[in-house]
Amino acid sequence: MSVPIDQLHAIAKELRKDILRMTTEAGSGHPSSSMSAVEVVTALYFGGFLNFDAKNPKDPNRDRFILSKGHAAPVLYAALAHKGLFPHEELMTLRKLGSRLEGHPNMLRLGGIEASTGSLGQGLSMGVGYALAARLAKNGSQTYVMTGDGELGQGQIWEAAASAGKYGLDNLTCIVDRNGFQQTGSSFDVLNMDPIDGKFASFGWSTQVINGNDQQEVLDALNRARSNKGRPNCIVSLTKKGYGMLNLMAKLKDENFHGKPMPAKYLDEAIAEVEAGVA
Amino acid sequence: MAGASSSVKSSRPLGKATRDAFGRALESLGESYGSLVVVDADVGNSTRTEWFGLKYPDRFFNVGIAESNQVGVAAGLAAAGHISLVSSFAAFIICNAYDQLRMSVAYPKLNVKVVGSHAGISIGEDGASQMGIEDVGLACSLPGFVVVVPADEASARAATAAMMAHQGPVYLRVGRPDVPKVYSDETIKFELGKANTLQEGTDLTIIANGLMVGPALDAAEALATEGISVRVLDMHTVKPIDRDALKAAAEETGAIVVAEEHLAHGGLGSVVAMNVAEIKPVPIRYVNLGDQFGESGSPEALIEAYGLTAANVASAARAVLAAKKA
Repeated sequence: MSVPIDQLHAIAKELRKDILRMTTEAGSGHPSSSMSAVEVVTALYFGGFLNFDAKNPKDPNRDRFILSKGHAAPVLYAALAHKGLFPHEELMTLRKLGSRLEGHPNMLRLGGIEASTGSLGQGLSMGVGYALAARLAKNGSQTYVMTGDGELGQGQIWEAAASAGKYGLDNLTCIVDRNGFQQTGSSFDVLNMDPIDGKFASFGWSTQVINGNDQQEVLDALNRARSNKGRPNCIVSLTKKGYGMLNLMAKLKDENFHGKPMPAKYLDEAIAEVEAGVA
Repeated sequence: MAGASSSVKSSRPLGKATRDAFGRALESLGESYGSLVVVDADVGNSTRTEWFGLKYPDRFFNVGIAESNQVGVAAGLAAAGHISLVSSFAAFIICNAYDQLRMSVAYPKLNVKVVGSHAGISIGEDGASQMGIEDVGLACSLPGFVVVVPADEASARAATAAMMAHQGPVYLRVGRPDVPKVYSDETIKFELGKANTLQEGTDLTIIANGLMVGPALDAAEALATEGISVRVLDMHTVKPIDRDALKAAAEETGAIVVAEEHLAHGGLGSVVAMNVAEIKPVPIRYVNLGDQFGESGSPEALIEAYGLTAANVASAARAVLAAKKA
């Protein structure tokens, strides 16, 4: 908890650069969907929230992070590499045959992956299962699930939300990465799920709405969630898809930049924008 | 609790429904399997998981009429180290939650036991919407799943115990009505993936599972009076199929009838045909539900109307013998 925020900012930049480099190397993937989630993932893994030891990734008492929006796998892989779970250079094997870093997370291939995701809508149910198991074990384990905002169109999310409310799972936190875009356009247009916080609240959740690209706001929200008792936690994390390379995306006239890597000829420019930071 | 009345005509004495036998077995296994948890979708009093829930309320979670979440929650519990069991009507647990079974259970090879009750047309009056008739084929299409269809109460008990002892996902199909006894608890042998030879024979082999095992034995008896020697196999495990038993049946009897309460596509008949075609092609005939939905009616009337009878099995046997001799 006492990690200086400057240090977290520096880690966030490193994760963004890794995301860009590994997806460009792979020639495919979802860098923009990964980059919106960087501050939340940084806070969880490096801000003192997730009790996860890379030397003992199967510790039964560990906290769990489920990336339900599995297409953002690069942000998870980058974080796990910086935690020391595997060599940093392995990030460049993303999406290649035989790599542990598949296009979407595969829990059989890599410790530290808590759910095999990619078919949207399923991670929160698994999180409910983990949270119930922690309650049975009385081990204090926390479960964090990140969903996308387009993903909220899946009915299973709301089945899971209702069941978490029924059991009052205060050891469960769902972070909705509301980056505002899904595959074909704005997630406010394709299927607007607003008010997201109101929907979760109606299922018995404690809710917060934050600027999810503001590192301090993310830390504060996770702190509040941790001290909350009796109800599951939802953090609606308002973010920008591709945060960190927004100028370049504007120049390329693509504010969604969905499901494609940065072309190699723009990679240096993207990295430079990440290095410079967001004004 | 008494089950529905018998729907299967057989000379064998009537036993309990396979769902009842499963429910009691589950309840008793709760003690030796301390990590066993059950996730229900509000049908526990139909699928009989309620009996476990009454005895172990801390390990029983009713998440409401929401099979997708039911399977996902069970997957999370399994990933945390539990043996998880989910049960609903076969039609709902398999068809409604198929992607969750695929992605949250089969792909990560989690130790989740899936029990589909009220399988087949033998549920009767409730009609087609409640009748799981494609569940075996769909379950077989989940990589790594073991798929089991027990014939009677003793085999359902044994199958439940074998399912728990197995590490990995299993689909167990059970039915609603009371069914004729094929086995006794004293004599039953049950090993996943190994067919039970109920009767030896040389002219042809009848391969059956579920509630068609009784009629298969009856058909064999009728055929014996015509001088036809029939081998009868209870192929309770559809996946992995017992290829040794299929090889022996094809090589030693040269003709096969497959009888099951399932659509033609994807069920036991499909699996037998696929393997026999590779091992040693011999004539095969089928008794099944073809390519159609069920409907409302009494179990007895439906069984008759859809041809799941000993007489039909015997007819198929005569037909396959003719093909063998042709």
